[in-house]
Amino acid sequence: MGLTITEKILLAHTNKRTILAGEFIDARVDLALANDITAPLAIKKFRASRVKKVFDREKIVLVLDHFTPNKDAQSARQCQLVEDFAREFKIKHFYPLGKGGIEHVLLPELGLITPGKLIVGADSHTCTYGALGAFSTGMGSTDLASAWITGRVWLRVPESIKFIYRGKLKKWVGGKDLILHTIGDIGVSGALYKAMEFSGPVIKNLPIDDRFTMCNMAIEAGGKSGIIEPDEITFAYLKQVSRFKSLKVKKFKSFKNDKDAKYSDIREYDVSKLEPQVACPHLPSNVKPVNKLKKVKINQSVIGSCTNGRISDLISAARILKGKKANSRVRLIVFPGTQRIYQKAIKQGLVDIFVKAGAALCPPTCGPCLGGHMGVLGEGEVAIATTNRNFRGRMGALTSKVYLSNPAVAAASAIKGRITHPEEI
Amino acid sequence: MKIKGKARKFGNNVNTDEIVPARFLNVSDAKELGRHCMEGITPGFAKKVKKGDIIVGGKNFGCGSSREHAPVSIKACGISCVVAVSFARIFYRNAINIGLPILECSDAGKISQGDLLEIDLNKGAIKNLTKKRTYFAQSFPKFMQDLIKAGGLMQWIGKRHTKSQ
Repeated sequence: MGLTITEKILLAHTNKRTILAGEFIDARVDLALANDITAPLAIKKFRASRVKKVFDREKIVLVLDHFTPNKDAQSARQCQLVEDFAREFKIKHFYPLGKGGIEHVLLPELGLITPGKLIVGADSHTCTYGALGAFSTGMGSTDLASAWITGRVWLRVPESIKFIYRGKLKKWVGGKDLILHTIGDIGVSGALYKAMEFSGPVIKNLPIDDRFTMCNMAIEAGGKSGIIEPDEITFAYLKQVSRFKSLKVKKFKSFKNDKDAKYSDIREYDVSKLEPQVACPHLPSNVKPVNKLKKVKINQSVIGSCTNGRISDLISAARILKGKKANSRVRLIVFPGTQRIYQKAIKQGLVDIFVKAGAALCPPTCGPCLGGHMGVLGEGEVAIATTNRNFRGRMGALTSKVYLSNPAVAAASAIKGRITHPEEI
Repeated sequence: MKIKGKARKFGNNVNTDEIVPARFLNVSDAKELGRHCMEGITPGFAKKVKKGDIIVGGKNFGCGSSREHAPVSIKACGISCVVAVSFARIFYRNAINIGLPILECSDAGKISQGDLLEIDLNKGAIKNLTKKRTYFAQSFPKFMQDLIKAGGLMQWIGKRHTKSQ
């Protein structure tokens, strides 16, 4: 019987000859990632084990991005713990403030993610890297400590659900809308424990940044991972990533689905009529077309994050905001995903557009998305955000509300002061 | 191993932001995290918990972020076990990895707030002493039973790591 791309990648990381969905495997890890929130717990566990070395100092990635720039003395302490560990064990990939950015935007940009790799991260949005045809999944800090020691991780081989998208996307509709529509269809536990495979003619033409957005939100449907078969768009992106300029595409060990691969479910969508989608409070599955929410007034618009903080996201927002001003009652916050994207945004004149529109530019940080800092909502406030979660109290006070959308919708809404379709601008 | 305690009921899709809101994630000390348990859904919960109490959830318990701080805070505030109809994947592995007992039970919805429960973890039997009913949890796959028996992931790899050296 044939195998899915996910099964093939997992099999290649074991010493086994066959693999079956549902079985437990002990798999080799190519990269093990943690951040300033999850690494301190992992470091504690690692130190308690009294093991004196890590399995491979080049395969551990530590990114300080959640509460950086440090929001208080306690978060500064967490970052110190991580920095001390990174220096002591000579961790090659250590990215403190100013050296990197938001982990899931940063790692692909650094060329650390290539097709066929197995990446684990103590962050639920680690599933983002499936956009490049890798298997990647989020787990906990103890898992990470264990992987740092052994270079291995226990996994239950997930069944896969295949999502096929057909038709032609309307203007202002992209990866964010496709994934919100999908989560709206299957629910927040619709893909529980499963790999979500995105495919079909629409995906074949979908730009890489939109693919990252889709795989990033697989976890919001309960998915273990999101994945897209590598194709020309994937390889074009990898070539452009500086590290690989001199490498031939053939060097990547990429996998493809067998024709007779087995899926637990296959879902097809005709997305030709799909409008920009918005997830209403308090679940990412509570999805409606943007025009049904025109009366919802907002206090804040947040553009950025590991979901939509890439350059094409900023370009999309800037297209709407050019020559316009954010509504006087709306706080507009833009936070580019990485230092490099920030620089690109300056060079391309996007920052100028944002500042003229009355936006506050934040450094690359996860802060606003999780109600950490740099844009926490007050009692009863409403935000539209290009982030990934709208749980109760996610961005601040328990009585605040978060609507999730694509960057163009968030930008248009900032101008009007209410949830707005970009075509109204 | 047997556990006895009162049921603390929650609904479907309890997420880790509700279990420990992000603003408390600037510490990694278990006791401190325990003080904020469930603060995003039932403020003041940790103060009301009696040692041994059992959290009873609906579907997809622990969804959202991968923060291990969530099961750590549940364990540290004195909760002895979490029973739910189903668990989100990362919460499930985190709980097992840190040795917080969890049981997946399709009858969890039949348990009411404050019911006195007696749980036999080895048998997966949940006795509702208030309602005089017994429910059975799904049994763990063999691999996970080994992890649980070892007391968590670090203990489990500890054994294997020393063996292989």
